[in-house]
Amino acid sequence: MEKRVIFKGWWLPLLLVSPQLIISAVFFFYPSGEAIWNSLFLPDPFGLKSEFVGIDNFTFLFGDPYYRASFITTAIFSISVSVLSMGLGLYFAVLADRLIKGAGVYQTLLIWPYAVAPAVAGVLWMFMFNGRIGLVSWYLGLLGYDWNHALHSGEAMSLVIVASTWSRVSYNFIFFLAGLQAIPKSIIEAAAIDGAKFWKRFRTIVFPLLSPISFFLLVVNIVYAFFETFGVIHTITSGGPEQATTTLVYKVYADGFVGQDLGSSAAQSVILLICVGLLTVFQFKYIERKVHY
Amino acid sequence: MVEKKQAGYWLTHLGLIIGVLFIFFPVWLAFVGSTVTNDDILQPPFPVLPGPHFIENYKNTLLYGGPEDYVYNHIPIVKMLINSTIMALGITIGKIIISLLSAFAFVYFKFPFRRTFFWLIFITLMLPVEVRIVPTYEVVANLNMLNSYSGLILPLIASATATFLFRQFFLTVPNEMIEAARMDGAGPIQFFKDILIPISRTNIAALFVIMFVYGFNQYLWPLLITTDTSMQTIVMGIKFMIPTGDDFGHWPTIFSTAILSMIPTVLIVIGMQKFFVKGLLESDK
Repeated sequence: MEKRVIFKGWWLPLLLVSPQLIISAVFFFYPSGEAIWNSLFLPDPFGLKSEFVGIDNFTFLFGDPYYRASFITTAIFSISVSVLSMGLGLYFAVLADRLIKGAGVYQTLLIWPYAVAPAVAGVLWMFMFNGRIGLVSWYLGLLGYDWNHALHSGEAMSLVIVASTWSRVSYNFIFFLAGLQAIPKSIIEAAAIDGAKFWKRFRTIVFPLLSPISFFLLVVNIVYAFFETFGVIHTITSGGPEQATTTLVYKVYADGFVGQDLGSSAAQSVILLICVGLLTVFQFKYIERKVHY
Repeated sequence: MVEKKQAGYWLTHLGLIIGVLFIFFPVWLAFVGSTVTNDDILQPPFPVLPGPHFIENYKNTLLYGGPEDYVYNHIPIVKMLINSTIMALGITIGKIIISLLSAFAFVYFKFPFRRTFFWLIFITLMLPVEVRIVPTYEVVANLNMLNSYSGLILPLIASATATFLFRQFFLTVPNEMIEAARMDGAGPIQFFKDILIPISRTNIAALFVIMFVYGFNQYLWPLLITTDTSMQTIVMGIKFMIPTGDDFGHWPTIFSTAILSMIPTVLIVIGMQKFFVKGLLESDK
Protein backbone atom coordinates (compact mmCIF):
# COMPACT_ATOMS: atom_id res chain seq x y z
CA MET A 1 0.00 0.00 0.00
CA GLU A 2 3.01 2.31 0.22
CA LYS A 3 3.37 5.04 -2.36
CA ARG A 4 6.91 5.93 -3.35
CA VAL A 5 6.28 9.64 -3.26
CA ILE A 6 4.75 10.90 -0.07
CA PHE A 7 3.93 14.40 1.03
CA LYS A 8 5.65 15.74 4.11
CA GLY A 9 4.19 17.00 7.35
CA TRP A 10 1.96 15.30 9.91
CA TRP A 11 -0.52 17.91 11.10
CA LEU A 12 -2.29 18.11 7.75
CA PRO A 13 -2.99 14.35 7.48
CA LEU A 14 -4.16 14.31 11.09
CA LEU A 15 -6.51 17.13 10.27
CA LEU A 16 -7.75 15.23 7.23
CA VAL A 17 -8.55 12.02 9.10
CA SER A 18 -10.02 13.78 12.12
CA PRO A 19 -13.62 14.19 10.83
CA GLN A 20 -13.97 10.47 10.25
CA LEU A 21 -12.22 9.59 13.51
CA ILE A 22 -14.37 11.96 15.55
CA ILE A 23 -17.63 10.70 14.05
CA SER A 24 -16.53 7.09 14.50
CA ALA A 25 -15.56 7.76 18.11
CA VAL A 26 -18.79 9.51 19.05
CA PHE A 27 -21.29 7.35 17.17
CA PHE A 28 -19.45 4.08 16.93
CA PHE A 29 -16.78 3.34 19.52
CA TYR A 30 -18.40 5.06 22.47
CA PRO A 31 -21.83 3.40 21.93
CA SER A 32 -20.24 0.00 21.26
CA GLY A 33 -18.21 0.31 24.45
CA GLU A 34 -21.36 1.37 26.26
CA ALA A 35 -23.16 -1.75 24.98
CA ILE A 36 -20.38 -3.99 26.28
CA TRP A 37 -20.33 -2.15 29.62
CA ASN A 38 -24.13 -2.19 30.02
CA SER A 39 -24.30 -5.87 29.23
CA LEU A 40 -22.59 -6.51 32.58
CA PHE A 41 -25.11 -4.49 34.61
CA LEU A 42 -28.72 -4.79 35.63
CA PRO A 43 -30.53 -1.44 35.92
CA ASP A 44 -33.18 -1.16 38.64
CA PRO A 45 -36.80 -0.70 37.46
CA PHE A 46 -36.66 3.07 37.92
CA GLY A 47 -33.46 3.45 35.95
CA LEU A 48 -31.80 5.28 38.84
CA LYS A 49 -28.84 3.01 39.39
CA SER A 50 -27.59 -0.28 38.11
CA GLU A 51 -25.98 -3.21 39.76
CA PHE A 52 -22.99 -5.14 38.48
CA VAL A 53 -24.13 -8.63 37.61
CA GLY A 54 -21.21 -10.02 35.58
CA ILE A 55 -22.32 -12.44 32.92
CA ASP A 56 -25.78 -12.91 34.46
CA ASN A 57 -27.46 -11.10 31.57
CA PHE A 58 -25.90 -13.60 29.18
CA THR A 59 -26.78 -16.70 31.20
CA PHE A 60 -30.31 -15.36 31.58
CA LEU A 61 -30.54 -14.80 27.81
CA PHE A 62 -29.44 -18.27 26.90
CA GLY A 63 -31.88 -19.67 29.45
CA ASP A 64 -34.71 -17.80 27.71
CA PRO A 65 -36.46 -20.13 25.24
CA TYR A 66 -37.62 -17.14 23.16
CA TYR A 67 -34.04 -15.98 22.70
CA ARG A 68 -32.84 -19.44 21.74
CA ALA A 69 -35.77 -19.67 19.33
CA SER A 70 -34.80 -16.38 17.71
CA PHE A 71 -31.43 -17.91 16.74
CA ILE A 72 -33.29 -20.65 14.87
CA THR A 73 -35.68 -18.09 13.37
CA THR A 74 -32.75 -15.97 12.20
CA ALA A 75 -31.01 -18.99 10.69
CA ILE A 76 -34.12 -20.20 8.81
CA PHE A 77 -34.93 -16.71 7.64
CA SER A 78 -31.39 -15.74 6.52
CA ILE A 79 -30.66 -18.98 4.74
CA SER A 80 -34.03 -19.02 2.96
CA VAL A 81 -33.71 -15.42 1.80
CA SER A 82 -30.11 -15.95 0.65
CA VAL A 83 -30.76 -19.18 -1.21
CA LEU A 84 -34.01 -18.01 -2.85
CA SER A 85 -32.75 -14.60 -3.92
CA MET A 86 -29.45 -16.04 -5.18
CA GLY A 87 -31.26 -18.80 -7.06
CA LEU A 88 -33.62 -16.37 -8.77
CA GLY A 89 -30.83 -13.87 -9.41
CA LEU A 90 -28.69 -16.56 -11.03
CA TYR A 91 -31.64 -17.82 -13.10
CA PHE A 92 -32.42 -14.36 -14.50
CA ALA A 93 -28.72 -13.64 -15.06
CA VAL A 94 -28.21 -16.87 -17.03
CA LEU A 95 -31.22 -16.06 -19.21
CA ALA A 96 -30.20 -12.44 -19.78
CA ASP A 97 -26.64 -13.52 -20.60
CA ARG A 98 -27.98 -15.77 -23.39
CA LEU A 99 -29.38 -12.81 -25.25
CA ILE A 100 -27.20 -10.86 -27.61
CA LYS A 101 -29.68 -8.04 -27.91
CA GLY A 102 -32.00 -6.98 -25.13
CA ALA A 103 -29.95 -8.02 -22.09
CA GLY A 104 -29.64 -4.34 -21.21
CA VAL A 105 -33.40 -3.80 -21.35
CA TYR A 106 -34.04 -6.73 -19.03
CA GLN A 107 -31.30 -5.48 -16.72
CA THR A 108 -33.12 -2.16 -16.40
CA LEU A 109 -36.43 -3.94 -15.81
CA LEU A 110 -34.97 -6.21 -13.14
CA ILE A 111 -32.68 -3.99 -11.09
CA TRP A 112 -34.99 -1.24 -9.85
CA PRO A 113 -36.41 -3.12 -6.81
CA TYR A 114 -33.00 -2.50 -5.25
CA ALA A 115 -34.12 1.12 -5.02
CA VAL A 116 -37.35 0.30 -3.18
CA ALA A 117 -36.96 0.49 0.59
CA PRO A 118 -37.35 -2.92 2.27
CA ALA A 119 -39.94 -1.36 4.58
CA VAL A 120 -42.03 -0.24 1.59
CA ALA A 121 -41.68 -3.68 -0.02
CA GLY A 122 -42.96 -5.04 3.29
CA VAL A 123 -46.03 -2.80 3.17
CA LEU A 124 -46.87 -3.93 -0.38
CA TRP A 125 -46.55 -7.64 0.35
CA MET A 126 -48.37 -7.27 3.65
CA PHE A 127 -51.32 -5.73 1.83
CA MET A 128 -51.48 -8.43 -0.85
CA PHE A 129 -52.00 -10.99 1.91
CA ASN A 130 -54.06 -8.76 4.18
CA GLY A 131 -57.07 -10.62 5.62
CA ARG A 132 -60.31 -9.96 3.76
CA ILE A 133 -59.14 -7.18 1.45
CA GLY A 134 -55.75 -8.28 0.10
CA LEU A 135 -55.79 -9.51 -3.50
CA VAL A 136 -53.98 -12.81 -2.94
CA SER A 137 -55.58 -13.67 0.40
CA TRP A 138 -59.03 -12.94 -1.04
CA TYR A 139 -58.56 -15.35 -3.95
CA LEU A 140 -57.05 -17.93 -1.59
CA GLY A 141 -60.22 -17.51 0.48
CA LEU A 142 -62.34 -18.29 -2.60
CA LEU A 143 -60.35 -21.48 -2.99
CA GLY A 144 -61.20 -22.34 0.58
CA TYR A 145 -57.83 -21.50 2.11
CA ASP A 146 -57.95 -19.16 5.08
CA TRP A 147 -54.69 -17.20 4.92
CA ASN A 148 -53.93 -15.31 8.12
CA HIS A 149 -50.31 -14.45 8.77
CA ALA A 150 -51.29 -12.66 11.97
CA LEU A 151 -52.21 -16.05 13.45
CA HIS A 152 -50.23 -18.70 11.62
CA SER A 153 -46.50 -18.56 12.21
CA GLY A 154 -45.59 -20.57 9.10
CA GLU A 155 -47.47 -18.15 6.86
CA ALA A 156 -45.91 -15.17 8.62
CA MET A 157 -42.43 -16.58 8.07
CA SER A 158 -43.10 -17.38 4.38
CA LEU A 159 -44.39 -13.89 3.78
CA VAL A 160 -41.38 -12.10 5.30
CA ILE A 161 -39.09 -14.44 3.35
CA VAL A 162 -40.88 -13.75 0.04
CA ALA A 163 -40.93 -9.98 0.59
CA SER A 164 -37.22 -9.90 1.53
CA THR A 165 -36.36 -12.09 -1.44
CA TRP A 166 -38.27 -9.76 -3.74
CA SER A 167 -36.21 -6.80 -2.64
CA ARG A 168 -32.94 -8.73 -2.84
CA VAL A 169 -33.15 -10.48 -6.24
CA SER A 170 -31.82 -7.50 -8.19
CA TYR A 171 -28.63 -7.31 -6.12
CA ASN A 172 -27.74 -10.93 -6.83
CA PHE A 173 -28.81 -10.60 -10.46
CA ILE A 174 -26.32 -7.77 -11.04
CA PHE A 175 -23.42 -9.70 -9.49
CA PHE A 176 -24.18 -12.92 -11.35
CA LEU A 177 -24.68 -11.13 -14.66
CA ALA A 178 -21.32 -9.35 -14.25
CA GLY A 179 -19.75 -12.71 -13.36
CA LEU A 180 -21.24 -14.42 -16.40
CA GLN A 181 -20.23 -11.66 -18.77
CA ALA A 182 -16.65 -11.93 -17.53
CA ILE A 183 -16.37 -15.55 -18.66
CA PRO A 184 -14.51 -15.54 -22.00
CA LYS A 185 -16.89 -16.49 -24.79
CA SER A 186 -14.11 -18.53 -26.44
CA ILE A 187 -14.21 -21.12 -23.66
CA ILE A 188 -17.96 -21.57 -24.07
CA GLU A 189 -17.63 -21.74 -27.84
CA ALA A 190 -14.87 -24.35 -27.64
CA ALA A 191 -17.12 -26.50 -25.44
CA ALA A 192 -20.02 -26.00 -27.84
CA ILE A 193 -17.87 -27.12 -30.77
CA ASP A 194 -16.96 -30.23 -28.77
CA GLY A 195 -20.68 -30.90 -28.64
CA ALA A 196 -21.50 -29.87 -25.04
CA LYS A 197 -25.12 -28.77 -24.76
CA PHE A 198 -26.23 -25.76 -22.71
CA TRP A 199 -26.90 -27.60 -19.45
CA LYS A 200 -23.65 -29.52 -19.64
CA ARG A 201 -21.70 -26.32 -20.34
CA PHE A 202 -23.38 -24.67 -17.40
CA ARG A 203 -22.59 -27.51 -15.02
CA THR A 204 -19.00 -28.13 -16.04
CA ILE A 205 -17.73 -24.68 -17.03
CA VAL A 206 -19.95 -21.80 -16.03
CA PHE A 207 -20.92 -22.86 -12.54
CA PRO A 208 -17.38 -23.69 -11.35
CA LEU A 209 -16.21 -20.32 -12.67
CA LEU A 210 -19.01 -18.62 -10.74
CA SER A 211 -18.32 -20.36 -7.44
CA PRO A 212 -16.03 -17.72 -5.87
CA ILE A 213 -18.65 -15.06 -6.50
CA SER A 214 -21.39 -17.36 -5.20
CA PHE A 215 -19.56 -17.87 -1.90
CA PHE A 216 -19.00 -14.18 -1.58
CA LEU A 217 -22.68 -13.47 -2.28
CA LEU A 218 -23.78 -16.06 0.26
CA VAL A 219 -21.97 -14.26 3.08
CA VAL A 220 -23.10 -10.80 1.96
CA ASN A 221 -26.69 -11.99 1.66
CA ILE A 222 -26.68 -13.53 5.11
CA VAL A 223 -25.38 -10.25 6.55
CA TYR A 224 -28.14 -8.46 4.61
CA ALA A 225 -30.81 -10.82 5.96
CA PHE A 226 -29.48 -10.26 9.48
CA PHE A 227 -29.61 -6.48 9.47
CA GLU A 228 -31.34 -4.84 6.59
CA THR A 229 -34.60 -6.75 6.74
CA PHE A 230 -35.76 -5.09 9.94
CA GLY A 231 -38.15 -2.91 7.92
CA VAL A 232 -39.75 -5.90 6.20
CA ILE A 233 -40.37 -7.70 9.47
CA HIS A 234 -41.54 -4.61 11.32
CA THR A 235 -44.11 -3.67 8.67
CA ILE A 236 -45.43 -7.18 7.96
CA THR A 237 -45.49 -9.04 11.26
CA SER A 238 -43.87 -6.92 13.98
CA GLY A 239 -42.01 -10.07 14.96
CA GLY A 240 -45.19 -12.07 15.58
CA PRO A 241 -47.20 -14.19 15.87
CA GLU A 242 -45.77 -15.53 19.16
CA GLN A 243 -42.32 -14.14 18.19
CA ALA A 244 -42.24 -16.54 15.21
CA THR A 245 -40.57 -13.91 13.00
CA THR A 246 -38.46 -12.24 15.70
CA THR A 247 -34.90 -12.31 14.39
CA LEU A 248 -31.90 -11.41 16.56
CA VAL A 249 -31.84 -7.81 15.35
CA TYR A 250 -35.58 -7.45 15.78
CA LYS A 251 -35.25 -8.70 19.35
CA VAL A 252 -32.59 -6.10 20.21
CA TYR A 253 -35.12 -3.49 19.14
CA ALA A 254 -38.12 -5.15 20.80
CA ASP A 255 -36.37 -5.69 24.15
CA GLY A 256 -34.41 -2.43 24.16
CA PHE A 257 -37.03 0.04 22.97
CA VAL A 258 -40.40 -1.59 23.40
CA GLY A 259 -39.61 -3.69 26.47
CA GLN A 260 -37.08 -1.21 27.96
CA ASP A 261 -34.96 -4.13 29.17
CA LEU A 262 -31.62 -2.38 28.72
CA GLY A 263 -29.29 -4.94 30.29
CA SER A 264 -30.65 -7.75 28.17
CA SER A 265 -30.71 -5.63 25.03
CA ALA A 266 -27.08 -4.64 25.58
CA ALA A 267 -26.10 -8.28 26.08
CA GLN A 268 -27.90 -9.13 22.83
CA SER A 269 -25.99 -6.36 21.05
CA VAL A 270 -22.73 -7.87 22.28
CA ILE A 271 -23.74 -11.33 21.04
CA LEU A 272 -24.68 -9.88 17.63
CA LEU A 273 -21.38 -8.02 17.58
CA ILE A 274 -19.58 -11.33 18.02
CA CYS A 275 -21.73 -12.97 15.30
CA VAL A 276 -20.95 -10.25 12.76
CA GLY A 277 -17.30 -10.29 13.76
CA LEU A 278 -17.13 -14.03 13.08
CA LEU A 279 -18.93 -13.66 9.74
CA THR A 280 -16.53 -10.93 8.69
CA VAL A 281 -13.45 -12.91 9.72
CA PHE A 282 -14.85 -15.89 7.82
CA GLN A 283 -15.43 -13.71 4.79
CA PHE A 284 -11.88 -12.37 4.83
CA LYS A 285 -10.23 -15.67 5.57
CA TYR A 286 -11.98 -17.96 3.18
CA ILE A 287 -13.38 -15.74 0.52
CA GLU A 288 -11.59 -13.24 -1.58
CA ARG A 289 -13.30 -10.04 -0.61
CA LYS A 290 -12.73 -8.08 -3.78
CA VAL A 291 -13.99 -9.91 -6.81
CA HIS A 292 -12.38 -8.42 -9.87
CA TYR A 293 -13.83 -8.76 -13.31
CA MET B 1 -25.61 -17.01 -27.54
CA VAL B 2 -23.58 -19.84 -28.91
CA GLU B 3 -26.14 -21.89 -30.80
CA LYS B 4 -29.10 -20.41 -32.62
CA LYS B 5 -32.28 -22.17 -31.72
CA GLN B 6 -35.64 -20.51 -32.20
CA ALA B 7 -37.42 -22.41 -29.40
CA GLY B 8 -34.63 -21.72 -26.92
CA TYR B 9 -34.61 -18.07 -27.89
CA TRP B 10 -38.30 -17.58 -27.15
CA LEU B 11 -38.08 -19.63 -23.97
CA THR B 12 -35.31 -17.32 -22.77
CA HIS B 13 -37.53 -14.31 -23.35
CA LEU B 14 -40.48 -16.04 -21.73
CA GLY B 15 -38.44 -16.87 -18.63
CA LEU B 16 -37.27 -13.28 -18.32
CA ILE B 17 -40.74 -11.85 -18.88
CA ILE B 18 -42.13 -14.04 -16.09
CA GLY B 19 -39.37 -12.66 -13.85
CA VAL B 20 -40.16 -9.09 -14.81
CA LEU B 21 -43.86 -9.69 -14.07
CA PHE B 22 -43.02 -11.13 -10.63
CA ILE B 23 -40.92 -8.04 -9.93
CA PHE B 24 -43.55 -5.58 -11.19
CA PHE B 25 -46.63 -7.25 -9.69
CA PRO B 26 -46.62 -5.76 -6.14
CA VAL B 27 -45.79 -2.30 -7.43
CA TRP B 28 -48.45 -2.48 -10.11
CA LEU B 29 -51.03 -3.31 -7.44
CA ALA B 30 -49.82 -0.39 -5.34
CA PHE B 31 -50.17 1.89 -8.34
CA VAL B 32 -53.71 0.62 -9.02
CA GLY B 33 -54.53 1.10 -5.34
CA SER B 34 -53.34 4.69 -5.52
CA THR B 35 -55.83 5.53 -8.31
CA VAL B 36 -59.11 4.23 -6.83
CA THR B 37 -61.29 5.13 -3.84
CA ASN B 38 -60.96 3.61 -0.40
CA ASP B 39 -64.33 1.85 -0.88
CA ASP B 40 -63.02 0.16 -4.03
CA ILE B 41 -60.27 -1.34 -1.91
CA LEU B 42 -62.31 -2.22 1.17
CA GLN B 43 -64.83 -4.16 -0.96
CA PRO B 44 -62.91 -7.07 -2.49
CA PRO B 45 -61.83 -8.25 -4.94
CA PHE B 46 -59.05 -5.74 -5.35
CA PRO B 47 -59.20 -4.00 -8.75
CA VAL B 48 -56.49 -4.92 -11.26
CA LEU B 49 -56.80 -1.88 -13.52
CA PRO B 50 -56.21 1.76 -12.50
CA GLY B 51 -59.20 3.92 -11.59
CA PRO B 52 -59.93 7.60 -12.34
CA HIS B 53 -58.78 9.13 -9.02
CA PHE B 54 -55.07 9.48 -9.73
CA ILE B 55 -54.83 13.28 -9.58
CA GLU B 56 -57.18 13.65 -6.63
CA ASN B 57 -55.40 11.00 -4.52
CA TYR B 58 -51.89 12.22 -5.21
CA LYS B 59 -52.86 15.84 -4.62
CA ASN B 60 -54.43 15.01 -1.26
CA THR B 61 -51.48 12.85 -0.25
CA LEU B 62 -48.79 15.31 -1.24
CA LEU B 63 -50.42 18.47 0.07
CA TYR B 64 -52.47 17.30 3.06
CA GLY B 65 -51.36 13.77 3.91
CA GLY B 66 -54.77 12.34 3.00
CA PRO B 67 -58.33 13.38 2.06
CA GLU B 68 -60.10 16.00 4.15
CA ASP B 69 -62.74 13.73 5.66
CA TYR B 70 -60.10 11.35 6.89
CA VAL B 71 -58.21 12.97 9.72
CA TYR B 72 -54.66 11.82 10.00
CA ASN B 73 -52.19 12.52 12.70
CA HIS B 74 -49.44 13.22 10.23
CA ILE B 75 -48.02 15.76 7.88
CA PRO B 76 -48.23 16.46 4.14
CA ILE B 77 -46.23 13.80 2.33
CA VAL B 78 -44.28 16.45 0.44
CA LYS B 79 -42.73 17.40 3.80
CA MET B 80 -41.75 13.75 4.38
CA LEU B 81 -40.19 13.62 0.92
CA ILE B 82 -38.17 16.72 1.73
CA ASN B 83 -37.03 15.23 5.05
CA SER B 84 -35.99 12.00 3.34
CA THR B 85 -34.11 13.86 0.63
CA ILE B 86 -32.25 16.02 3.16
CA MET B 87 -31.32 12.94 5.17
CA ALA B 88 -30.20 11.02 2.07
CA LEU B 89 -28.14 13.91 0.68
CA GLY B 90 -26.62 14.63 4.10
CA ILE B 91 -25.52 11.02 4.53
CA THR B 92 -24.25 10.76 0.96
CA ILE B 93 -22.31 14.00 0.82
CA GLY B 94 -21.03 13.62 4.38
CA LYS B 95 -19.73 10.13 3.72
CA ILE B 96 -18.10 11.10 0.46
CA ILE B 97 -16.34 14.14 1.93
CA ILE B 98 -14.99 12.56 5.09
CA SER B 99 -13.85 9.46 3.27
CA LEU B 100 -12.14 11.35 0.44
CA LEU B 101 -10.22 13.31 3.07
CA SER B 102 -9.16 10.34 5.15
CA ALA B 103 -8.34 8.15 2.13
CA PHE B 104 -6.11 10.96 0.85
CA ALA B 105 -4.33 11.14 4.19
CA PHE B 106 -3.83 7.37 4.40
CA VAL B 107 -2.43 6.99 0.91
CA TYR B 108 -0.25 10.07 0.51
CA PHE B 109 1.09 10.83 3.98
CA LYS B 110 3.12 9.22 6.70
CA PHE B 111 1.97 10.32 10.12
CA PRO B 112 1.93 9.10 13.72
CA PHE B 113 -0.65 6.38 14.46
CA ARG B 114 -1.46 5.89 10.78
CA ARG B 115 -1.82 2.11 11.15
CA THR B 116 -3.85 2.44 14.37
CA PHE B 117 -6.25 4.91 12.82
CA PHE B 118 -6.55 2.76 9.73
CA TRP B 119 -7.55 -0.28 11.78
CA LEU B 120 -9.94 1.76 13.92
CA ILE B 121 -11.78 2.85 10.79
CA PHE B 122 -11.56 -0.66 9.39
CA ILE B 123 -13.42 -2.07 12.42
CA THR B 124 -16.39 0.24 11.78
CA LEU B 125 -16.96 -1.70 8.53
CA MET B 126 -18.29 -4.58 10.53
CA LEU B 127 -21.05 -3.09 12.61
CA PRO B 128 -24.23 -1.66 11.15
CA VAL B 129 -26.17 0.79 13.29
CA GLU B 130 -28.81 -1.88 13.96
CA VAL B 131 -26.46 -3.68 16.35
CA ARG B 132 -25.81 -0.75 18.64
CA ILE B 133 -29.10 1.09 18.43
CA VAL B 134 -29.78 1.55 22.14
CA PRO B 135 -26.46 3.16 23.16
CA THR B 136 -26.29 5.17 19.92
CA TYR B 137 -29.78 6.45 20.64
CA GLU B 138 -28.59 7.56 24.09
CA VAL B 139 -25.63 9.42 22.61
CA VAL B 140 -27.90 11.24 20.17
CA ALA B 141 -30.38 12.04 22.95
CA ASN B 142 -27.60 13.40 25.19
CA LEU B 143 -26.36 15.60 22.37
CA ASN B 144 -29.91 16.98 22.01
CA MET B 145 -30.12 15.74 18.45
CA LEU B 146 -33.43 13.85 18.61
CA ASN B 147 -35.86 15.18 16.00
CA SER B 148 -33.11 16.94 14.09
CA TYR B 149 -31.45 16.46 10.73
CA SER B 150 -28.03 16.12 12.33
CA GLY B 151 -29.40 13.30 14.50
CA LEU B 152 -30.74 11.58 11.40
CA ILE B 153 -27.54 12.04 9.43
CA LEU B 154 -24.39 11.98 11.60
CA PRO B 155 -24.63 8.48 13.15
CA LEU B 156 -25.07 6.97 9.70
CA ILE B 157 -21.99 8.67 8.29
CA ALA B 158 -19.72 6.61 10.52
CA SER B 159 -18.88 3.86 8.07
CA ALA B 160 -15.72 2.86 6.33
CA THR B 161 -16.94 1.52 3.00
CA ALA B 162 -16.30 4.68 1.03
CA THR B 163 -12.91 5.26 2.67
CA PHE B 164 -11.73 1.87 1.49
CA LEU B 165 -13.05 2.37 -2.00
CA PHE B 166 -11.25 5.68 -2.41
CA ARG B 167 -8.09 4.32 -0.84
CA GLN B 168 -8.15 1.42 -3.31
CA PHE B 169 -8.58 3.85 -6.18
CA PHE B 170 -5.90 6.30 -5.02
CA LEU B 171 -3.41 3.43 -4.84
CA THR B 172 -3.88 2.86 -8.57
CA VAL B 173 -3.03 6.46 -9.44
CA PRO B 174 0.48 6.42 -11.00
CA ASN B 175 3.25 7.99 -8.91
CA GLU B 176 4.36 9.97 -11.95
CA MET B 177 1.30 12.15 -11.55
CA ILE B 178 2.35 13.25 -8.07
CA GLU B 179 5.93 13.76 -9.18
CA ALA B 180 4.75 15.91 -12.07
CA ALA B 181 2.49 17.90 -9.78
CA ARG B 182 5.32 18.45 -7.33
CA MET B 183 7.65 19.50 -10.12
CA ASP B 184 5.10 22.15 -11.02
CA GLY B 185 5.18 23.32 -7.43
CA ALA B 186 1.78 22.01 -6.32
CA GLY B 187 1.30 21.37 -2.62
CA PRO B 188 -0.76 18.50 -1.20
CA ILE B 189 -4.01 20.48 -1.07
CA GLN B 190 -3.66 21.68 -4.63
CA PHE B 191 -2.84 18.14 -5.80
CA PHE B 192 -5.93 16.84 -3.99
CA LYS B 193 -8.21 19.53 -5.33
CA ASP B 194 -6.96 19.87 -8.91
CA ILE B 195 -5.88 16.33 -9.76
CA LEU B 196 -7.20 13.70 -7.36
CA ILE B 197 -10.83 14.86 -7.13
CA PRO B 198 -11.29 15.33 -10.88
CA ILE B 199 -9.90 11.87 -11.71
CA SER B 200 -12.09 10.29 -8.99
CA ARG B 201 -15.36 11.58 -10.39
CA THR B 202 -16.66 8.26 -11.75
CA ASN B 203 -16.01 6.68 -8.37
CA ILE B 204 -17.70 9.58 -6.63
CA ALA B 205 -20.74 9.23 -8.89
CA ALA B 206 -20.91 5.47 -8.31
CA LEU B 207 -20.76 5.92 -4.55
CA PHE B 208 -23.30 8.71 -4.72
CA VAL B 209 -25.95 6.40 -6.18
CA ILE B 210 -25.34 3.60 -3.67
CA MET B 211 -25.20 5.92 -0.65
CA PHE B 212 -28.23 7.93 -1.71
CA VAL B 213 -30.35 4.79 -1.96
CA TYR B 214 -28.95 3.59 1.38
CA GLY B 215 -29.69 6.90 3.07
CA PHE B 216 -33.12 7.47 1.56
CA ASN B 217 -34.32 3.98 2.48
CA GLN B 218 -33.27 4.09 6.15
CA TYR B 219 -36.09 2.84 8.36
CA LEU B 220 -35.11 1.78 11.88
CA TRP B 221 -32.95 4.79 12.74
CA PRO B 222 -35.49 7.52 11.78
CA LEU B 223 -38.21 5.44 13.45
CA LEU B 224 -36.32 5.70 16.74
CA ILE B 225 -35.21 9.28 16.80
CA THR B 226 -38.16 11.14 15.28
CA THR B 227 -40.99 11.54 17.76
CA ASP B 228 -42.04 14.84 16.20
CA THR B 229 -44.24 14.09 13.16
CA SER B 230 -42.81 17.05 11.23
CA MET B 231 -39.44 15.24 11.14
CA GLN B 232 -40.76 11.94 9.79
CA THR B 233 -39.19 10.49 6.67
CA ILE B 234 -41.41 8.98 4.00
CA VAL B 235 -40.20 5.39 4.37
CA MET B 236 -40.97 5.25 8.09
CA GLY B 237 -44.01 7.55 7.84
CA ILE B 238 -45.93 4.87 5.90
CA LYS B 239 -45.83 2.58 8.92
CA PHE B 240 -47.98 5.01 10.90
CA MET B 241 -50.71 5.07 8.24
CA ILE B 242 -51.32 1.33 8.34
CA PRO B 243 -54.58 0.73 10.18
CA THR B 244 -54.54 -1.34 13.35
CA GLY B 245 -57.46 -2.97 15.14
CA ASP B 246 -60.90 -1.82 14.00
CA ASP B 247 -59.62 1.10 11.98
CA PHE B 248 -60.09 0.83 8.20
CA GLY B 249 -57.31 3.20 7.26
CA HIS B 250 -57.15 5.06 3.98
CA TRP B 251 -55.43 2.76 1.54
CA PRO B 252 -55.26 5.07 -1.51
CA THR B 253 -53.20 7.44 0.66
CA ILE B 254 -50.93 4.61 1.81
CA PHE B 255 -50.43 3.37 -1.75
CA SER B 256 -49.75 6.79 -3.23
CA THR B 257 -47.23 7.40 -0.42
CA ALA B 258 -45.56 4.07 -1.22
CA ILE B 259 -45.32 4.96 -4.91
CA LEU B 260 -44.00 8.45 -4.10
CA SER B 261 -41.38 6.95 -1.77
CA MET B 262 -39.93 4.91 -4.65
CA ILE B 263 -39.74 7.61 -7.29
CA PRO B 264 -36.54 9.45 -6.22
CA THR B 265 -34.43 6.33 -5.68
CA VAL B 266 -35.76 4.41 -8.70
CA LEU B 267 -35.12 7.42 -10.96
CA ILE B 268 -31.55 7.73 -9.69
CA VAL B 269 -30.83 4.01 -10.04
CA ILE B 270 -32.26 3.82 -13.57
CA GLY B 271 -30.94 7.21 -14.70
CA MET B 272 -27.43 6.53 -13.40
CA GLN B 273 -27.55 2.80 -14.10
CA LYS B 274 -23.94 2.50 -15.23
CA PHE B 275 -22.65 4.19 -12.08
CA PHE B 276 -25.07 2.23 -9.94
CA VAL B 277 -23.84 -1.12 -11.26
CA LYS B 278 -20.22 -0.03 -10.90
CA GLY B 279 -20.80 1.23 -7.37
CA LEU B 280 -22.59 -1.93 -6.34
CA LEU B 281 -19.97 -4.27 -7.75
CA GLU B 282 -17.15 -2.33 -6.12
CA SER B 283 -18.52 -1.35 -2.75
CA ASP B 284 -20.26 -4.66 -2.01
CA LYS B 285 -21.76 -3.33 1.18
